[in-house]
Amino acid sequence: MQASGNASAGDFRSAAGTGPVPTGASGTGPAPDAAPVLSLRDASKAFGAVQAVVHGSIDLYAGEVHALVGENGAGKSTLVKMLAGVHQPDSGSLLIDGRPVLLYGPADARDARIAVIYQEPTLFPDLTVAENIFMGRQPLSTARRIDRRLMRAEALALFSRLAVPLDPGRICRGLSIADQQIVEIAKALSLDARVIVMDEPTAALSATEVARLFDVVRALRGARAAVLFISHRLEEVFEICQRVTVMRDGHHVFTRELAGLTADDLVRAMVGREMVKRAAGERGTPGEPVLRVERLTREGVFTDISLEVRAGEIVALAGLVGSGRSEVARAIFGIDRYDAGTVLMRGKGLHRASPTAAMAAGIGFVPEDRRQQGLVMDMSVQQNVALASLGRLRRAGLIRAAAERAFADDWAVRLRLKYGKLTDPVYRLSGGNQQKVVLAKWLGRKPLLLIVDEPTRGIDIATKAEVHQLLVELARDGVAVLMISSELPEVLHIGDRILVMREGRLMAEFSHAEVSEEKIMAAATGQLTAAGATSAATGATSTATGATNTATGATNTGQAQ
Amino acid sequence: MSTALTERQNPSSAPAGTISRKLTERVFRIRESGIVAVLLVFVAVTASIQPRFIDQANIQFLLSNTTVYALLALGETMVVISRNVDLSVGSVLGLSAYVSTNLFGHHPGIPIPVVFLAGLGIGLACGIGNGLMVAIGRVPSLVVTLATLYIIRGIDILIVGGNEVVAQTLPNSFIDIPRANVLGVPYLAIVIAAVIGAGAYYLRSFRSGRELYAMGSNPEAARLAGVPVGKRIFTSFAISGGIAGLAGVLWAAQYQTIDSTAGTGYELTVISAVVVGGVAIFGGSGSAVGAAVGALLLSTIASALNVLGISPFWDQAIAGFLLLVAITLDRVISLKLTAALRQRSSGVGT
Repeated sequence: MQASGNASAGDFRSAAGTGPVPTGASGTGPAPDAAPVLSLRDASKAFGAVQAVVHGSIDLYAGEVHALVGENGAGKSTLVKMLAGVHQPDSGSLLIDGRPVLLYGPADARDARIAVIYQEPTLFPDLTVAENIFMGRQPLSTARRIDRRLMRAEALALFSRLAVPLDPGRICRGLSIADQQIVEIAKALSLDARVIVMDEPTAALSATEVARLFDVVRALRGARAAVLFISHRLEEVFEICQRVTVMRDGHHVFTRELAGLTADDLVRAMVGREMVKRAAGERGTPGEPVLRVERLTREGVFTDISLEVRAGEIVALAGLVGSGRSEVARAIFGIDRYDAGTVLMRGKGLHRASPTAAMAAGIGFVPEDRRQQGLVMDMSVQQNVALASLGRLRRAGLIRAAAERAFADDWAVRLRLKYGKLTDPVYRLSGGNQQKVVLAKWLGRKPLLLIVDEPTRGIDIATKAEVHQLLVELARDGVAVLMISSELPEVLHIGDRILVMREGRLMAEFSHAEVSEEKIMAAATGQLTAAGATSAATGATSTATGATNTATGATNTGQAQ
Repeated sequence: MSTALTERQNPSSAPAGTISRKLTERVFRIRESGIVAVLLVFVAVTASIQPRFIDQANIQFLLSNTTVYALLALGETMVVISRNVDLSVGSVLGLSAYVSTNLFGHHPGIPIPVVFLAGLGIGLACGIGNGLMVAIGRVPSLVVTLATLYIIRGIDILIVGGNEVVAQTLPNSFIDIPRANVLGVPYLAIVIAAVIGAGAYYLRSFRSGRELYAMGSNPEAARLAGVPVGKRIFTSFAISGGIAGLAGVLWAAQYQTIDSTAGTGYELTVISAVVVGGVAIFGGSGSAVGAAVGALLLSTIASALNVLGISPFWDQAIAGFLLLVAITLDRVISLKLTAALRQRSSGVGT
């Protein structure tokens, strides 16, 4: 697709490389005559109205590490769950050794010797390490009793193959994420798995732990297993994988040898779409700072977050899932505690861990998960809309139904809410209209600052545009908006300023004029520093260098305040 | 640092590994050893005040009093370990006790094993009903068994009406079952202990037993590991029901007067015994032996108050207090354990 391959892939490898690098140019790709061990063809999967995967295809060969990359919501996890037997494809076929198979459940996948290591390890905290590895397949002695000594010995043999000192007899509670992953890998080894799927295995690992994991992956590859490796860290993809499949919006974009590709190629393929930016006339000049966050830190979650949101401004907080964006928002709104730093609303400090104080100071919060956190699903539309404004709809302590109805009716008209009756339970509405109810609930309080977390997730395109329009109008009316979003077009479309977080830290800040999807992805996946460091050599990444400068500038101003 | 290094080189026989395993095992054993200690202290104190407490007659009385509770606790343990609860055991016991022993009146000379089979059948039927609703209907077990607690009791009241089974209609050989003893130890207590031992062994050493723990420890992971969750839930409720049915017949042999109130409130005593005995109320850990010792402790307290001449009204207050202690200990131990293991994990794992 992109023909402009240059040498920077090699630079990434050497930048992040530990030890020998068995990738790429040495021609270790699968032999052309070999048949794939596993092959998913034209698979699609929809959840309700949301089409998660359309024509998802992937071929895995024995002895290869195959990368699967794509933005959040590109359909990677759904594809993995189809391989794991958790979801059954709506159409398309899955072939193992060239024969079509149907996986009705995780047990079927296990029997087909497909092992999946999920992003969040799925262990039994109360059981021992050995039992976790062999659950349901424990070695037996006479009369079908579990042979504990043999089980322990086999677990120890697995750990010595992995060269890790884990005690099979200890219970799993308290294991570090890295060790939990080792247990999962040992489980895959014990299955003698031919296909091992690793869904973002490095997301929570330190550099040494990643190195250890990669040694294991190389050993697996040496043993002729097919490994599907999912990661947002492109430098890791270049370090460990031979081929790559890119997905975007549920579609298969391409599958290629990694040799000859650059990180830029991958980012472009992952993003690859045009988006009309917000018209210049719609942007006003931001007013006074409304929210100011100074060096906010929560141990192990986010570090040194300093940001500012002005009246009439939409600040977009971009980054990958798990980069700590939602956690920062929750800390600002007082749902979670934080260890250090301050949150100021119009110059006045906010109490920690008190949503009541945050609301009194004029903050509204539209959470990520509207069903669980944003709405009371069994209550009526009008009750949900009025929920945050009950104080104003009360007389002598009683809620006046007529006032509640008028209030809800007013907001329903303003937000073009589509509903049957205002007294219908809110779960009857579509996802987009439910989101409008959550927005109405907070807008009814006339907030100074509105924090929205993934405001358009799982919403159809038309309603999405309406929500965008609404946020823009709010900003025009002088409300400060802090928007967390994983959808880059949305970030580009309505954000006045874009902050990018990665692994709990603010990495970069862009103005709407200079920002691009590539810059955001580069900062969010950590390409920023690597690219910046190698830019002198390759001369190909000057944009990223620019972004680094901006980021440094942003940090400086943050600290100066 | 140096231990970490040697261990890395030789993971199979490293001394640190054995030490850490011993630590884990010791902490594991605390649950059961703690309650045994409490039991011994209680017996010692009571006996020092009133020596009559440990004479043969009283111990015999105590053990046979415990049998029904301990048996029920075995079934309840299997259910609780898999993160469910069976509230219907008291009602099942009552229904089984009346219906099965009523056979003696209607069919004089009926063999005693047939009566036990009748009790078992009634219990199984109730347990299967519970199991189907929880496993297939996917209704939380708390709700299902709360409903069947009332439904089964209602059926019991309908069947019994104003009648009762009285001692005169029961054959002597039946009444003698709880009284038979070997060297002062009730024969029945030995049988029940063996049954509980077998149950504990099953939970410990068979795949399906371990899968109950797995389901309680992390239901989602159990599903992903291919554990047949529905089947296991169904079986555990069927067993709990069957055990409650058998316990009903034993209860009848012990108390000999069976009306429609038999076994009322037993479910709470049994759950208390299970929790006091160290089974985590949200599943995943605990043992059948611990639960049986829990049952023994609760009846020992009742008996001790009686022997010491303290109002039996204190009994429930003390049982409740113990429950709080058990739950607090459980929490504290699990926090301590997590902290200890985490520390080791960071010391050795990297």
